[in-house]
Order: sequence, then structure tokens, then C-alpha cells
Amino acid sequence: MMVDLSAIAAAMPYLLNGLWFTVQITVVGVTGGIVFGSLLAVARLSRNRIVSSLATAYVNLMRSIPLILVIFWVFFLVPWAIGWMTHSGRPVAVGASLTIFVTFVLFEAAYYAEIVRAGFRSISPGQYAACEALGLSKFHAYIYILFPQAIRNVLPILLTQTIVLFQDTSLVYVISATDLLGAATKVAQRDGRLVEMYLTVGVIYFVICYAASQFVKQLQGRLAYGVR
Amino acid sequence: MSLLFEPTPDGAGRYLDWIVSGLGWTLGLALGAWTIALVVGTLVGVARTLPKGILPRLGRVYVETFRNIPLLVQMFFWYFVLPELLPVRIGMAIKQMDPPWGSFIPALICLGLFTAARIAEQVRAGLQALPQGQIQAASALGFARGRMYRLILLPQAFRIILPTLTNEFMTIFKNTSVALTIGLVELTATAREINENTFRTFEAFGVVTIVYLVIALLAWQIMSRIERAVQLPALAGGSARP
Amino acid sequence: MIEISHVSKSYGAFQVLKDCCASVARGEVVVICGPSGSGKSTLIKTVNGLETIDSGEINVGGFRLAPDVANVAALRRSVGMVFQSFELFPHLTVLSNVTIAQTKVLKRSRAAAEEKARSLLARVGLSAHIAKYPAQLSGGQQQRVAIARALALDPEVMLFDEPTSALDPEMVNEVLDVMTGLARQGMTMVCVTHEMGFARSVANRVLFMDGGEIVETADAITFFDAPRSERAKTFLAKILKH
Repeated sequence: MMVDLSAIAAAMPYLLNGLWFTVQITVVGVTGGIVFGSLLAVARLSRNRIVSSLATAYVNLMRSIPLILVIFWVFFLVPWAIGWMTHSGRPVAVGASLTIFVTFVLFEAAYYAEIVRAGFRSISPGQYAACEALGLSKFHAYIYILFPQAIRNVLPILLTQTIVLFQDTSLVYVISATDLLGAATKVAQRDGRLVEMYLTVGVIYFVICYAASQFVKQLQGRLAYGVR
Repeated sequence: MSLLFEPTPDGAGRYLDWIVSGLGWTLGLALGAWTIALVVGTLVGVARTLPKGILPRLGRVYVETFRNIPLLVQMFFWYFVLPELLPVRIGMAIKQMDPPWGSFIPALICLGLFTAARIAEQVRAGLQALPQGQIQAASALGFARGRMYRLILLPQAFRIILPTLTNEFMTIFKNTSVALTIGLVELTATAREINENTFRTFEAFGVVTIVYLVIALLAWQIMSRIERAVQLPALAGGSARP
Repeated sequence: MIEISHVSKSYGAFQVLKDCCASVARGEVVVICGPSGSGKSTLIKTVNGLETIDSGEINVGGFRLAPDVANVAALRRSVGMVFQSFELFPHLTVLSNVTIAQTKVLKRSRAAAEEKARSLLARVGLSAHIAKYPAQLSGGQQQRVAIARALALDPEVMLFDEPTSALDPEMVNEVLDVMTGLARQGMTMVCVTHEMGFARSVANRVLFMDGGEIVETADAITFFDAPRSERAKTFLAKILKH
């Protein structure tokens, strides 16, 4: 069966639109995920038993269930939750985008939390003592001394998880969202061009992810603290 | 959770039966894919550590290809695209496979090869973490390459990577859910179907969530047992247990 | 200046400090020595609150430390500490290492903090290295930066926890020279150290610890020439053999 390149060219604008949505989900997911994940990581280190247990339970729960399931949970439950909160008694329609952004932040945060936690574990224990001895408040110590070191130590892993996130966005297909794969599917079904569309999408994903992973490899080489 | 025991619309049983069926497909897909992944992954991982020839390069192409394309896209490739690219008669034969096998087989191959790429990288890391002296000592004793890998290098490498393999084992159960997009009625698809039939969203998805949690717990327990069973005294490495 | 009264501390069943009493006058240099595991490090860390005490009381320039005292933040401004492993902040330049506590804890202006940092770094002989990162410095240089970092907060007391134990022999003297200079300028210092030469020439008094107790206290000359206790005699015999 021959591959029709002109069909691909014709569909490009639509596909790029989908890619743009994919990128948006990724950016929101990364930023929200790292922020929320860092809070979770710090919460797990807390001396307050309730706080650390809740954070641990959340992380373990999110990491044990499939992303598709979480997408369905948020997709079906958020309208009900908002309806309940606004006392309207019925589910309130919410835009698919918002649902998707919330899902990815909540889900990926659990994975980023583990990575940030590993980052904190990689800091020499004496650093905490040095901060204390200098009288730095816990807040200042975390923001200026501990956090920067933790992130720097696990930056390659954080970036790799981001590439995984980028690939995970394709799963919004299950709620018919128009990300890159969703766009390709819609064109494929409309024009009957399954082979061309899916092959194209495969190539696009491959090029982006391969380039990104090569970049991370280069970064890993440069991240040592500098040798004497 | 009374939902489970209510009769289904087709009168053929209760919703509990649907859950059991979905669970069966999930487990079958996960364990089947895991087997494929271990075999193929080990071969590719070993290939990547070979000193010269075309095998290391083929291994690299394999890994990069399967790791840089999302699992869902790969699923679609095996289910939609491959039958079209193959010679017409083979393509037709594939498309005429009865469901659920028409969905299960592509999902099995897809998930197996996808996970194999990840295992290959871990095996490669494990082999490269072994001291150079191991290969030298084995060669000095006259071991041919095949035996050397099988009896000396791989047993050690696998102990090193058991923690990451555990992670991968737990991930494969989650990844089975992607097969619902090509029509396999595994666990997550079952939740969706029950929801569509009863509109008791919370219960439908709640039960399935709990099942996944139980699976995760069991998977972790199994791998922990294996870790403890094969642990060499004094060489506990990264997974040391007091 | 520092008054340690009947301080005891246990880790579970193991008692690491047993009813320790000592006092340090303003401007005095006191060396704590003794075999490993005698509790020297733990004792010095109780003085700035890095270790809590189970019973007894410590008074540092009017600030009271006791089992019931929770907030020790204010104490850290008047007590500086230098660690065996230097513990410079690896992601900050030498200059930033010395200014960060000034700006964040003492709320000094950037300009004032930098000026103070430069003068202190000049005092320890490291002006040429202010823009470098810790990994680019030798151990001796890093420890001198650590001393400058602690001095930047204008402490009244300086605590040194085995400051030269992690250094290669050729770098020990550059650090001891800085410490000697500090002592000559009248700083109140408590040092846990094995450097007997330093103790002998710079210290006013020596506290000998063994098994969690302060076994003997004497002025430096007396301690080295004529130790009273048997344990002190054994200890000195062992280390002075070299």
C-alpha cells in the first residue's frame, strides 16, 4: 500500500494545532507537577505524622493506578464536584482542557515528588547541620541551599520524566481531546488515511523525543560541580 | 459496593463477573507481555554491550525507536497500520481475527516489545556496572561468550537491577489499560462500561481503583520476595535490607 | 561565657554524655580531646543546640539551653561552628557562601555583607578565590572559607569540630594558622581536635573525655606534661608516639 504524502501535507496545519495543545498540556503538567511534587516531597520529610502520611499515601496511590483511569476519574467526577460545591445539584459542564490540565498536574506530581525526594536524599547530611549552625530559618534553608542542590542533582531524571509526560499526553485520546494524536485520529477517520496519519504522528513524536533525550544526555555530562 | 452483585443488563450474570473478566484480560496481557519483554529485553540489552559488529547498533536502533514513541501510538501502529502495510492476504487474515483476540494479540506484541526496550536499557546498565575483571576472569577460565553471559554476567547484572525491574513490573500492569483503545475489555474498560450502564460512576471506578491498588501491592510483594531470595550475603548493594 | 552543668544525653540505651560539667571563660581557648566515641563531637554540638540534651543545663553568654528550651535560633547568631567535612554550599560561589547567612539571617544589606565577606576572606588568605566554587578549591582552602563563613556573623564563640581531621597533612597547617590567629585576637574558642601541637601552643585549657565523661581538666601545659588520670596517660602515650 502506498503512502500518500500529499494527504499528510494537507493535514499538517490541523496536526500542528494538535501538537500545540500537546505542548500546552506538557508545560502545565511540568510546572504544576514540579511545584506540587516538591511540596509533596517536603511534606513527606515533615515531622508531623499526619502530613507526612497523607503525602506518602497520595504519592503511592497515584503511582499505582493507570493514567487513563485518573483521566476518567477527573473527567467524570469534576463536573459533579463543581456541581456539589456550587449547590446546583447537577453536574456542571467543565471544559475538557481544564480537566486535562488538572489531571496531569495531579498525576505527574506524584512522580516528580519521588524524583525530588531522591534529590533531597542525595544531599550530604552535613548541609542541613551547616544551615542550622548558621541560623538559617527552615524556609530560607530549603529555598536557597537545599532545594537548589536537590534539583541540580536530579535534573537529568526530572527532564527524562518530562519527556515521559510529553508522551503520556497522547492518552487524552480516551476523552476525544484534540492533542497531536487526537488530531491525527480525527483526520484519519474523516479522510480514511489511517496509515499516513499514524505514521506521521509516530515520526513527529520520535523526532521530538529523540532530540530531547539527546539533549538530556549532553546535559548530564556538563552537570558535575566542576573538578579541581 | 453493592453494585458488584447486581445483575447485568444482558442478564448473563452480575457486574462482579465483568470485573473478573476485565481483571483476567489485564493479568493475561501483563504477564504475557512481561515474558516477551524479559526475553527480548535481555537479548537486546546483551547485544548493546557487545564490543563490535552490527548487533550493538541494531540494539540501539531498537531501543531508541520504542522509547521515543508513546505507547498509545505504538498500539495504533500494531492494530491499524501494520495490517495495511503487510501483503494483502496476511493483512486480511489479521483483520478477521475474532475479538477479543484481534485486540489481544496486537496489544500483547506491542506492550511486550515496548517494555522490552526499557528492560534492555536496564540490563545494559546492570552489565556495564559489573567490574571489568569479571569478563577477564571468565575469559581466562575459557568461557565462550554465550556461557559467560548466561552463567556469570547476567546473574549478577539481574541482582543489581532488581529494584528497577520491580518498578518496570509494576508499570506493565498500569500500561495494560492503554489496550482499551483498541478494543480490549480489560479492567479500566470494564469500569467505563459499568459506568455507562449504571451511571454509578463513583462505585464503578472506585472498585477498579481498589483492584489496581491490590495488584500493585501484590506485584511489589512478589518482587520483594524474589529480591530477598536471590540476595547474596554482603553484596546487598542498593537494595540492602537489615 | 559558656557554662555546662550536669549535662547528660542518651541515644536509646546508650548514654553518650554522662553528667558533664565544664566552663569556658571569655577569650579562653579550650581543647576537647579523647579517644573516638568518647562523646567529644556530641558535647560540642550541644553548645549550639545542634544536639539536644536530656538533663542538665548549658548557659552560653546568657542564653539558656535546657531540655525544655525549644527555640534556639537566636543562639546561632552568637555561636559559630566549623565542621569536619567543611559543608560549604556547593552551588554557591565562595563569596556567596560567606554572604548568604549575613543577608538572610542578620538582614544586612548586600553591600555590607559583601564588604565584610571580602575582608574576612582576605584575612584567611583567599581573596584570589572569591569567584570560585567550592569544588574548585582544595580541602584546606574550603575549610578556611568555612571559618570565614562562620566569622561573618560576628559570633562571640567559635566551635570547631575536628576541623583538620579530613584534610591531607600538608593542608593542616594553613587551617591551624588561621585558628591560631583567631585565638590571638581574643576569640572564645572550643575545639575538638587531635592536633596536640596546636593544643599545646594555643589552648589555655584541655578537657579530656572518655566514655562520655569529662575525665580530666587542666591547663594545657600541665595536661601534656603531667596528666593526672590513668586514662589520660594511656591516651597521650598512644597518640604522642608519632
